[in-house]
Amino acid sequence: MPIHRRGVLTAIGTGTLAGLAGCSGTESSEEEDAAPASVSGETLTLTTTTSTYDTGLLDEIHGDFEEMYGVTVDAVAQGTGAALESARNGDSDVVMVHARGLEDEFMRNGYGVNRRDLMFNDFVIVGPEDDPAGISGMGSATDALTTVADAEATFVSRGDNSGTHTKELNLWEAAGTEPGGDWYQETGTGMGEALNVANQQSAYTLSDRGTFISQRSEIDLTILVQGPIEGGPEILSNPYGIMAVNPGVHENTNYDLAMAYIGWITSPGAQEAISEYQMEGEQLFFPEAVSEDPDFQQYVPEGWSSESSDE
Amino acid sequence: MSVPVEPVVQLVPALVDLPFREGYVSSIVYVSLYVSLISVGLSTVFSVPVAVVLGFSEFPGKRFVKSVINTGMGFPSVVVGLVVLFVVSNQGPLGALELIFTKQAMIMSQFVLATPPITAISLAAITGVDDDVRDAARVLGGTRLDAALVVLKEARYGIATAVLAGFGRAISEVGSVLIVGGNITGADGISKTRTLTTAIQLEARQGQYETAMVLGAVLVALVLTVNAVVVRFGDQGVR
Repeated sequence: MPIHRRGVLTAIGTGTLAGLAGCSGTESSEEEDAAPASVSGETLTLTTTTSTYDTGLLDEIHGDFEEMYGVTVDAVAQGTGAALESARNGDSDVVMVHARGLEDEFMRNGYGVNRRDLMFNDFVIVGPEDDPAGISGMGSATDALTTVADAEATFVSRGDNSGTHTKELNLWEAAGTEPGGDWYQETGTGMGEALNVANQQSAYTLSDRGTFISQRSEIDLTILVQGPIEGGPEILSNPYGIMAVNPGVHENTNYDLAMAYIGWITSPGAQEAISEYQMEGEQLFFPEAVSEDPDFQQYVPEGWSSESSDE
Repeated sequence: MSVPVEPVVQLVPALVDLPFREGYVSSIVYVSLYVSLISVGLSTVFSVPVAVVLGFSEFPGKRFVKSVINTGMGFPSVVVGLVVLFVVSNQGPLGALELIFTKQAMIMSQFVLATPPITAISLAAITGVDDDVRDAARVLGGTRLDAALVVLKEARYGIATAVLAGFGRAISEVGSVLIVGGNITGADGISKTRTLTTAIQLEARQGQYETAMVLGAVLVALVLTVNAVVVRFGDQGVR
């Protein structure tokens, strides 16, 4: 039974350490396998967003990690809000999401530690090819949204507290427009469904580029405002971060394995696998964990600086 | 506890051609059957005796108990999922067992969902057995238990219907198994907690409506098969 596995392994680990320290290692004698603690056979629970999972990226790259450590990764695709909430409840060990504001709150509340920038892609504003509101090629995402609102052209919102939804709300706020009315529809669904809803209604929507590419062949929508990858505005960037759940808050979180996972996925090998992952001949995610230059902001909430160091 | 569904499961992917890796469809069919059959089995073991006791006794508040059970038939599954999530979550009363995102948690929520219909329909079947049958059993020198067994035998069709209703509720259920199970499939493409229903939900989320439909057809075929098997067993029991 997998239920007590972590507890047993912790006991083995503790027993082994106690034995090494010269104490009587009686606990370890309960288990026939008193070899040095190993993560082999354990399960890592990763809560993540629908975009990393539904594009097939995680299934593609996780095989390596599972083989390397002899473990299983349970990837639960929930959307950023729900993924963080699961982690907050101690139901996952590591969390991979894309909403820096929510990640920062998660860290400030003490639930997340050892955050790393992982990879990025970007958001795009998509819509019907005939583009009734006339936003095609606009250089500013906020202007484009304001134009959609002024034209009262149908706009489909995720409405599910996901990373994409959070970005959309930030964009409306930056545009100084309060969306509402018959033309603004909250679907409360994943990105794929939202794209389909938008497609059915010839509506506009905000999508991450990965999900849009993976679905482009099935729908008639087209990219009207590009993200920064294709020279669009920086505000549409879509960075993914990864954090371990704080073992100080949830003591039965599998912190060792979570850190092994973070170490692995930010390593040059896994980062290269991410950059090589393609769908329909296009790269979906751009790794950013490996860098020659230091980037201290990735470890702390954005804009944070130590009060003691006045710079 | 193991369920002998593997051989049946092997047949399913042979019948349909899907853009999935080998073993994926059979593994989600397996998880669906495993979770639903165990939860309905447990639920039946719990519900039928409760229905017998309710059917054979009169007590104040019986009407209230019955209406609670009937209300239970309409429990929204997402609410059940949220309650079970609260119970098995790391912070919940059973958190130490680490049941979140496991088949066991899914069995718990399906048990909660399947029990009210099985109890209510069994009770209706038992109540519907002619009083003469019960009296005859007692007159012929039977104990209360004998009388109960005779009534159960008479009510077996109704009870089979009850079990099938419970099974239908369990296997077609999406909301709660998605919440407590997490819809997990390993990187090797083998389902851990993904059922047919949550797999359909995932395909729909990605806009893959055709594959979602095919999986839906697999689900319907599965439910039909189980129903046919149960009805057949019921018929064999006659005379």
